[in-house]
Amino acid sequence: MKPFLSIEKLTQRFPDGKGGELTVFEDATFGVEKGEFVVILGHSGCGKSTIMNILAGLADPTGGGVIMDGQEVKGPSLDRGVVFQNYSLLPWLSTLKNVTFGVAARHPEWSKAQVTEHAVKYLGMVGLEGDVIHRKPSQLSGGMRQRVSIARAFANHPKLLLLDEPFGALDALTRGTIQDELLKIWGGTEQTVFMITHDIDEAILLADRILLMTNGPFARVAESVEITIPRPRSRTEIVEHPNYYAIRNHLVQFLGRRSKEMAGSRTGTDTNRPEPMRIDRTAPADEPESRRPPLRAVND
Amino acid sequence: MQGLSLNTRAAIMSVLLLVGGLLVWELSIPAQQTVGELTEYERLTGGGEARAGVPPPSQVIVKAWEELSNPFYDAGPNDKGIGIQIGYSIYRVLTGYALAALIAIPLGFLIGMSPVAYRALNPFIQVLRPISPLAWMPLALFIIQDSEASAIFVIFICSIWPMLLNTAFGVAGVRSDWVNVAKTHELGPLKTAFTVILPAAAPTIVTGMRISIGIAWLVIVAAEMLVGGTGIGYYVWNEWNNLDLTSVIFSILMIGVVGMLLDTMFGLLQRRVAYVE
Ligand SMILES: Nc1ncnc2c1ncn2[C@@H]1O[C@H](COP(=O)(O)OP(=O)(O)OP(=O)(O)O)[C@@H](O)[C@H]1O
Ligand SMILES: [Mg+2]
Repeated sequence: MKPFLSIEKLTQRFPDGKGGELTVFEDATFGVEKGEFVVILGHSGCGKSTIMNILAGLADPTGGGVIMDGQEVKGPSLDRGVVFQNYSLLPWLSTLKNVTFGVAARHPEWSKAQVTEHAVKYLGMVGLEGDVIHRKPSQLSGGMRQRVSIARAFANHPKLLLLDEPFGALDALTRGTIQDELLKIWGGTEQTVFMITHDIDEAILLADRILLMTNGPFARVAESVEITIPRPRSRTEIVEHPNYYAIRNHLVQFLGRRSKEMAGSRTGTDTNRPEPMRIDRTAPADEPESRRPPLRAVND
Repeated sequence: MQGLSLNTRAAIMSVLLLVGGLLVWELSIPAQQTVGELTEYERLTGGGEARAGVPPPSQVIVKAWEELSNPFYDAGPNDKGIGIQIGYSIYRVLTGYALAALIAIPLGFLIGMSPVAYRALNPFIQVLRPISPLAWMPLALFIIQDSEASAIFVIFICSIWPMLLNTAFGVAGVRSDWVNVAKTHELGPLKTAFTVILPAAAPTIVTGMRISIGIAWLVIVAAEMLVGGTGIGYYVWNEWNNLDLTSVIFSILMIGVVGMLLDTMFGLLQRRVAYVE
């Protein structure tokens, strides 16, 4: 049985500008389950946005394909909502119109009043109410713009939500607020989220599973780390969970050292699957080893 | 002066410059007329007969008052009110201009969207654009066989280029992020063109339209001098032939005022479609 979202032997090559080819990644293969929140972590330039664009249907891979809900992804679709790295709000429309733009596209049969009501509801969910929603994006703060962008994507109930470094440009405080809002909205839905970030703490707070990418070229999705911290999670409490630092150290190790060591060459195999990884310090010692997914030692 | 706002100070200065300029003009006229007593020879050859002189501003103002208090009278082909003459000119400009916009904007869209179309059409545009619109006049008169339509054609051909190039430039420069927003919302090509590309490119397009209307208004005066009959350009030429310099100066001022109004309209439109990224 295939997972909800199945990335199969995805390969992307670009001309390198010197007549040769640059292989960003090759035969990348992984899956995402329905309702799962997956975060992908990796150094700049390893190909995260490239994967995201392919998932969104905005770019065609050189090889391989993506299957969502049993259907091959060919071109963009309202079933895959995208929050772009730079918000991508339409600057000539008001905040509200930016959201109704999406809602009207999703529900062409709705009346204007219905569309507006729905948009206002989702703007309210991200904390935008009153006069603010009639302002142009240029008159909003970066954090507010980001929230509009999230409201626009969520209001359409896409089956898959793609977030490309959605909080990259925000200060730590605003970031925290919006992360909480994102979790709140996501918690009430059956939506699947695929998110890119550079921020390890953000990844642990939000994700069910973190995919780790090695550096490019020939980048690989090398590991899939399960986040064994129960939900609901809060920023202040997760740091006290016994698994928190174990997971965090593992991620730091990977990004700091192993992403470089593992980079730069073909693997020889024709499907590059990430190695599943489960770090759980709370698991009772007497639990039979075989019932747990493969466990690897963590350096402390 | 210190306490007044910038605008007030500027307005006071404008008025002072105007009054000062008019005064200098007014005072210099009699001096000019007395320049050189008539010589014996001139008196004999009739040089002393009433000569056309540059009129003083007071005379122009009186003329303006006369003309503007009854702008739409029509007393035969050579004697029409200034309002009617300007009306003809505006009609020609707007007709030629509208036709140009109707072609330039969709074509500009196509060129802006398609690199192939851009490369295919670019050589033609580059050759046709620098041609003075009046150079088309003989050809237009010969082919169209109608002076009215020829004038409109000349306006058409001169106003098409800025609109075409600006539309193409604006459309090509629309941020791919915004187009991606349209794509992820499954908008069709027509819907994308109207709801994303047009508003995104509108400031550039309207700038092109503003440049075009300015050029069209410059060209109509010259075109009407050539084709004759009606219009503000013909009026200027006709009054020159009558040696009525007061009317010439008055109509020059009117050309300026109408040009400014046309430009202001597009300035307002420009402000409406502007957005801050
Ligand atoms: N259209 C393109 N043509 C050529 N090379 C490209 C193209 N798009 C991306 N690349 C290359 O592919 C690699 C991966 O780019 P990508 O944008 O996916 O990185 P990323 O992981 O998202 O980085 P960041 O974290 O900085 O956003 C880079 O080396 C980049 O130079
Ligand atoms: Mg990126």
